[in-house]
Amino acid sequence: MTNEENSKEIKALLKAAIDPVKDPELRRDLWPQMLRKLEEQPALVVSVPWFDWALATILSAALVFFPGSIPALLYHL
Amino acid sequence: MELLERFAAGDLEAFEALFRQHQKEVYAWIVRIVRDSGIAEDLTVETFWRIYKSRSRFLPAGNFRAWARRIATNAALDHLKTARREIELPEDLASAAIADPAVRRETRDRIKQAFFQLPAKYRMVATLALIEEEPYDRIAEAMGISAALVKMRVFRAVRILRKKLNSLVAEVGAK
Repeated sequence: MTNEENSKEIKALLKAAIDPVKDPELRRDLWPQMLRKLEEQPALVVSVPWFDWALATILSAALVFFPGSIPALLYHL
Repeated sequence: MELLERFAAGDLEAFEALFRQHQKEVYAWIVRIVRDSGIAEDLTVETFWRIYKSRSRFLPAGNFRAWARRIATNAALDHLKTARREIELPEDLASAAIADPAVRRETRDRIKQAFFQLPAKYRMVATLALIEEEPYDRIAEAMGISAALVKMRVFRAVRILRKKLNSLVAEVGAK
């Protein structure tokens, strides 16, 4: 059996078992739900990825243990 | 200022206008994937929540519809990855046509079971390509992958289903 025939056969079995969703209708306006979500979770909260925190920690530790590197860092900024 | 520019600048009224314009289309896309109207409604809101959060990354000259569909697809995929139980098709979503009567209830249940056991990314392409008969390029655009990769995933999904249903196929084919 070729791949195409195989695919057709499985497709036929699937379609016999699971009907496609025909013309799905949204029954209500979801905007009120959206508004509630916006009020519950303000989108302006800035999340900082963990690796940014890790870099900041490493940099801070380097500056504390090697203060001589501060002028070099400032020079390169 | 254009609607999309106002949206990208954080204007809530512009976002509401876009929400009202696109909510039906986003819902219709998601419900085809998750096959449950209640979950699809929640995921539609989740999609627009993600859209609102990433509004600053949207280019007003871009295609909002395609962007929204891609975010909706990701939200639906995240749901499929976490939802473990089998989701039965609610009657209201089933098409008017009754499925092939030759395929008995027991057989249908076994096919459904095999289908819902597919890994999420394969189940998604199998649903859209094999059941909903969406074109490969449309699925590819929505998933942010190439049409060739969609084709490969469909092939793999078919292969997995074939293994699971091997004895069943022989039984049905003999009829």
